[in-house]
Amino acid sequence: MARIIVVTSGKGGVGKTTTSAAIAMGLAKKGHKTAVIDFDVGLRNLDLIMGCERRVVYDFVNVINGEATLRQALIKDKRCNQLFILPASQTRDKDALTQEGVGKVLKELSKEFKYIVCDSPAGIERGANLAMYFADDAFVVTNPEVSSVRDSDRMLGILASKSRRAEQGEEAIKEYLLLSRYSPKRVKLGEMLSVEDVQDILSLHLLGVIPESQSVLNASNSGTPVILDEESNAGQAYADVVARYLGEDVPHRFIDEEKKGIFGKLFGKK
Amino acid sequence: MSTDTEAPIYNKSALEFKSSSFSSPVLAIHSTELKQIKHQLKEKIAQAPEFFRNSPLLIDLKFCNENEEPIEFEALIEFLHKESLFPIGVSGANEEQKNIAFKFHIPVHTIRGAHTESKFPTQSNSTNTPKTTDDKPSNETVETIKNMLITQPVRSGQRIYAKGDLTILSHVSAGAEVMAEGNIHIYGALRGRALAGVQGNTESRIFCSALHAELISIAGHYKTSEDLDTLDQQKPTQILLQDQALIINNL
Repeated sequence: MARIIVVTSGKGGVGKTTTSAAIAMGLAKKGHKTAVIDFDVGLRNLDLIMGCERRVVYDFVNVINGEATLRQALIKDKRCNQLFILPASQTRDKDALTQEGVGKVLKELSKEFKYIVCDSPAGIERGANLAMYFADDAFVVTNPEVSSVRDSDRMLGILASKSRRAEQGEEAIKEYLLLSRYSPKRVKLGEMLSVEDVQDILSLHLLGVIPESQSVLNASNSGTPVILDEESNAGQAYADVVARYLGEDVPHRFIDEEKKGIFGKLFGKK
Repeated sequence: MSTDTEAPIYNKSALEFKSSSFSSPVLAIHSTELKQIKHQLKEKIAQAPEFFRNSPLLIDLKFCNENEEPIEFEALIEFLHKESLFPIGVSGANEEQKNIAFKFHIPVHTIRGAHTESKFPTQSNSTNTPKTTDDKPSNETVETIKNMLITQPVRSGQRIYAKGDLTILSHVSAGAEVMAEGNIHIYGALRGRALAGVQGNTESRIFCSALHAELISIAGHYKTSEDLDTLDQQKPTQILLQDQALIINNL
């Protein structure tokens, strides 16, 4: 059976799609057969981040409606043969998703894949609810600022009460915190919440801190999941996240400000 | 219109059963003298006619059924209707009264704590001089108070309602709401709303290990975060009601 991971946050723009793309690629590169699904019907982005936007023929809604088979709709990644992308439909809206339909697709994917990553849309409406409904694990992506933290808190409440596992009284969804766009410098200046502040409010298992990094935007623009940029802080942070999720004991990085020597200042890559 | 509408929408349902709680006045009858009841009720209504007009009403017959004489229940209901009050439930009714209630389409309840607000001195009496118990215990005393224990953080947007005391081992997030008919104990920080004694129990208290609440309330007396700003908020705190005023103490 596959493990279904939902990447969610409540708030928009915190890095859900970036995270989905990165961890899906990370899991696939570790040799696990992984599918990543874009639940943001009507505002699809995952295909851009994954760099497969020109190969989309059929989409998630087509599969739900029986207009295409899963095999036709899944796009195989060119960089890693263990990774498949199921894009969202851009011409429909979230109402095109039904619980039965989503359940059916996930069940079929479960037969073949080890991990299924569900990229949730922002908000707490239908799309987000369906993305998390069948999940086994939840990656809650949060930025170190109050509105994002509160929205994540709200999302955690929904995960605990409205998921399949909650409704059927099974073991609760495993929740992990991913603190993204973190800047130790700004935390020091008091402009951002610190890891401790966020943990104080959310009390969640911290899976990783992703530093604010120019490389994320560059990666998105070029359609390469940032985890493939092994030079960048963000890429390394995501690699750590994947390793920790798979049970490896990796110490946390990027929480404190780096001390750069003169060479680092001159040649250091941001 | 697009062709999307042809697709069956499975999840749209036309109705939904929800559970909600609201407060309604309870009319506790202490006498079986209908004339006296009518007279006193009219006086009460005259004091606040707007409040009572078309108001829902729960009738509590427990006390009047302790008398020997039966009350003319049917006449009482008709009188209430005439005074434009809507009885929406009866509690403490005997079999005969229950049948009458059903005839008038009035549901029969057992309201726990309905007498807490009553000034009728049964409560204090019964604690001081315990009654020699009859062989058959009455329905009211058998009902246990349902305390509630929450081990997880209460997240933003969640609401929790406890019939008795509410104990939370973690924190209450901003945007969450916890309510209890009894006391509320929070072993983490209180950042959301906490309402104790929501059925009017003025003796109930709120305890928390750090007070950053959006709102605290005991038996309807409340304070918002604006009023709480000046306090030392990191210490364990209790909130209680004294002479209609909320008192906030460090423990």
